[in-house]
Amino acid sequence: MTQRLLPGLLIATAVLAAGLIVAFAIGRYPVGLGELLDVLWSRATGQQPSASEATQNVVLLVRGPRVIAAALVGAALAVAGAAFQGLFRNPLVSPDILGASSGAALGAVLGIYFSLGIIGIEILAFGGGLIAVAAVYGIGATLQSRDPILILVLTGVVIGSLLGAGVGLVKYLADPYNQLPAMTFWLLGSLAATDAADLIPLAGPIALGTIVLVALRWRMNVMSLPEEEARALGVPTGPMRIAIVAAATLVTSASVAAAGVIGWVGLVVPHLARALVGPDFPKLLPTCALLGGGFLLLIDTLARTIAPIEVPLGILTAVIGTPFFIWLLAGMQRNWS
Amino acid sequence: MTLAGHNLTIGYSDRVVGRGLDVALKQGEVLALLGPNGGGKTTLLKTLLGILKPLAGEARIDDRSIQAYSMRDRARRVAYVPQGHNPTFAFTVETVVLMGRTAHGGLFSRPAANDRAVADRALTEFGIAHLKERPYTMISGGERQLVLLARALAQEPQFIVLDEPTASLDFGNQGKVMREIRALAASGHGVLFTTHDPNHALRAADRAYLLRGGERVAEGAVRDVLTRQQLEALYGAPVETLTDPATGQTAFLPG
Repeated sequence: MTQRLLPGLLIATAVLAAGLIVAFAIGRYPVGLGELLDVLWSRATGQQPSASEATQNVVLLVRGPRVIAAALVGAALAVAGAAFQGLFRNPLVSPDILGASSGAALGAVLGIYFSLGIIGIEILAFGGGLIAVAAVYGIGATLQSRDPILILVLTGVVIGSLLGAGVGLVKYLADPYNQLPAMTFWLLGSLAATDAADLIPLAGPIALGTIVLVALRWRMNVMSLPEEEARALGVPTGPMRIAIVAAATLVTSASVAAAGVIGWVGLVVPHLARALVGPDFPKLLPTCALLGGGFLLLIDTLARTIAPIEVPLGILTAVIGTPFFIWLLAGMQRNWS
Repeated sequence: MTLAGHNLTIGYSDRVVGRGLDVALKQGEVLALLGPNGGGKTTLLKTLLGILKPLAGEARIDDRSIQAYSMRDRARRVAYVPQGHNPTFAFTVETVVLMGRTAHGGLFSRPAANDRAVADRALTEFGIAHLKERPYTMISGGERQLVLLARALAQEPQFIVLDEPTASLDFGNQGKVMREIRALAASGHGVLFTTHDPNHALRAADRAYLLRGGERVAEGAVRDVLTRQQLEALYGAPVETLTDPATGQTAFLPG
């Protein structure tokens, strides 16, 4: 395993660049690389572009917000996944496993049920995610066990299925002609409805949570050691854990509120990033952000181009994530035995 | 400086492990903690580290309660060497040692050049500088124990507390760790370690503290305390003594 920063960061940057180019260029209205650079360059410098107005509209208005949202959501989920995995000392933990996504999902379907706007839905989704993770964590900590990690994962599964029942109840009660399709669409994860107005409520919480995680990057290394060891190294583990969980949940919930439930990114990308630069958080976090952004851009481009209709993102990430997870389990088995 | 426990009652919220324990460790001295399994060694060690609050009595550094220190200030005085373990993530040896510098940096900082210099010196001190770039998960058990010792040294503490530093090490590495413990005391550290082997205490420690059922059985200079009679009483099992006629050195065998 290489743990050098520069080659890993270069590969991750290349993945993001490839994702950006592919996401802008491919679609029902293809945009050439030259045209793309022309539009972006003239936008940045305020010059008159030579590309047609239709091309400009496709790049700036149609694909632009969606590209930014995909990059942000992918980066956010990967960073949050890395944070959760480190904090719970388990490479198989993801924001989904701890119930952040199912809590956010319940919040969001309630928001749709009560016909709230995007801000209202986002606030409910964020609150739901935070409460769910706090509940999972609180219960896991109360049930003292020889294997706290296992208890935590199982608690997450249990709380997640309870929240799933809540989502089911709200869907059952929802207006089947207006609300239910919106909920179903939202729960499968999609960036199809993303426009420029969605970017602020998405980018704000992601920036805030990411800043906290980046600021605590070295402490997160220490937090991935056994509890008593981290404390003996001078880290107050209780407050630190709350800060990391809150920041990672903020980032996750903002993503889920904007794009719906997109599983697997938070699990798969941190593993790829660790394979590139190692587990050291100061290196891992930027690599995760770049790789996660590029990964979701590629997935989202697939989602809108492989079929005549949009394929939900959650379905595509699951198709890629499941075999990866099984491969991961096989590897873990070898290490444990 | 002295790291001491005064009339400690130790244990957990639902279980008292030991009562009326007095223990003191000065800088430059090695104290070995011996006793049967479940006798309270690890609990006493964690209480002196400040990781565990005493149920009664007080653990102190000089005249100040260890609980009155912040985690960070405490970590700059007392370092902990846990039993060698296999961590979840494959940090490099250098990163593991640099984690010892955490208490010397601010909340949002990461180790700087001077921290790297301290970590390098600690790695060199234990002769493992060549492992610097290796993943901690891919080195041997003996090397891991040395890495954890280097991390404790990088913490620049006055006291180092080790939990069974020789457990699960091969014969050669046990000897090496014992020598390093002596070297740490020679450089002015107060060292406290637990062990299941009285011979290790005899070799590396100045004083021994015998703990059984949460009570102090005996304490004093190793030559006075570590006798056949004391060990038989401590472990409730027969013990044989071997003496080298040439050097007068003694060793114990479980009978």
